[in-house]
Amino acid sequence: MTAFIKDTLIGFWSLLAGLGVTIRYFVKPIVTVQYPREKLTMSPRYRGHTEFIIDPETGSHLCNACENCARTCPSNVISVTGVKVAGTKKKRAVTYVLDYSLCSLCGLCVEVCPTKALKFSDEYRLAGFSRQDMIIDVIARLQAQQRALGLPEEVPPVPEAEEAKTEETKGGEGES
Amino acid sequence: MQFLLAEGARIGISLIGVIGLVSINALFLIWMERKVSAHIQLRPGPMEVGFHGALQTIADALKLIGKELITPEDADKLIYLLAPIVMFLPVLVSFIVIPFSPTLLIRDLNVGILLIFAFSTMAVLAILMAGWSSNNKYSLLGAIRSVAQTIAYEIPLLITAMSVIIMVGSLKLTDIVAYQATVWNVLFQPLAFILFIICGTAETNRAPFDIPEAESELVAGFHTEYSGMRFAIFFLAEYTNMFIVSAVATVLFLGGWRGPILPPLVWFLLKVYAIIFLMMWFRWTFPRLRFDQLITLGWKILIPLSLANLILTALAIKIF
Repeated sequence: MTAFIKDTLIGFWSLLAGLGVTIRYFVKPIVTVQYPREKLTMSPRYRGHTEFIIDPETGSHLCNACENCARTCPSNVISVTGVKVAGTKKKRAVTYVLDYSLCSLCGLCVEVCPTKALKFSDEYRLAGFSRQDMIIDVIARLQAQQRALGLPEEVPPVPEAEEAKTEETKGGEGES
Repeated sequence: MQFLLAEGARIGISLIGVIGLVSINALFLIWMERKVSAHIQLRPGPMEVGFHGALQTIADALKLIGKELITPEDADKLIYLLAPIVMFLPVLVSFIVIPFSPTLLIRDLNVGILLIFAFSTMAVLAILMAGWSSNNKYSLLGAIRSVAQTIAYEIPLLITAMSVIIMVGSLKLTDIVAYQATVWNVLFQPLAFILFIICGTAETNRAPFDIPEAESELVAGFHTEYSGMRFAIFFLAEYTNMFIVSAVATVLFLGGWRGPILPPLVWFLLKVYAIIFLMMWFRWTFPRLRFDQLITLGWKILIPLSLANLILTALAIKIF
């Protein structure tokens, strides 16, 4: 008899405890987002594809087309071309294209970059319908970001008049 | 002649009012259930159709109307067709006696509460008809479970209602409301209120007592084979049943339409929907009982407790 009463009371109490848990969740803020209308903010360590850091001084990228990233990349993802800019002795990137479908997100390109020009983007909507959708033009992305920030847009550097020697490197020796 | 006309008008207006209430109530409750479940699971729930998904149920209902009505090949056709109607009609009848406010009630019958209990039990017959005639093992299993669990919750349900009725000394719902002019019955009968809510949840076949439908075991239980509007009628009846059980609980224990400041009808609906919220809260908290657990709960806990409560009430009335 006492065991029955004890069981009943303990059982009833456990039911109330369960109700307490759910009502606490009921008043908690919602964690789901309405996806196409709202986007998640990714955590700072999230690794998307790489993109250029916008240098606060120049309002543009820091890439000098040294191609260290293209050579380091184990999957031959990166193609960089650069020119010597007129008036200075420095090279500057003209195109910087990723073939993201090959990327394994190892991050060696970011680590090896001597000018710290690269970072991981927080882009996570990377699905596409064809392989062409996976080709990411990092310069175009930089221009879009500059537009969004109200900065002057990146313009292709003027090559040195005389020896406009464009070095093209398809990262590593490619297709073999 | 004039009497007939007046009665005809009364019946017509009542019927239209009740069907309107039933439909709007079901539309609202389905939306509310989805919202409650969503918020308990930290989701927003339906958000796309209308303001915060308010028109979602209407969209779903339109879709259901457009669906094909399937009758299984070897079904017992007549019973198969009748089952949704048998499910739905008793639900309508119960509205005759529910006092929404001092003036807003259809008929103040002497047998009020008895009428509601008598007709709400017919839902079990409808479930059995649906399960039997579908010629489907899952439907039949659901129907058998439903019939077997009936006694486990109907007896304590009636006994708890009885302990209120012997306090009041009347089966009339208006008398029961009148009795609670100063103090609500729930203060005299807290145990009966708890038992009534538990049995009422079982009466509406809702989780954790949704053994007849048991989605994860029996597909959809007794209405597995139903589609389109026939399924929608089962759904409608389920949600209307919730409303009726909550309305009866409000009348028996929470003082019916009584309450300060706000108009009586608003108070009545507030209390009813508060109890419905409680039932939804149960559903999204407790897992489904196993069948023997339900029978144990019914026979070993609910019935003894309700009997003890009835005897105590009777003694108290005799002494004071």
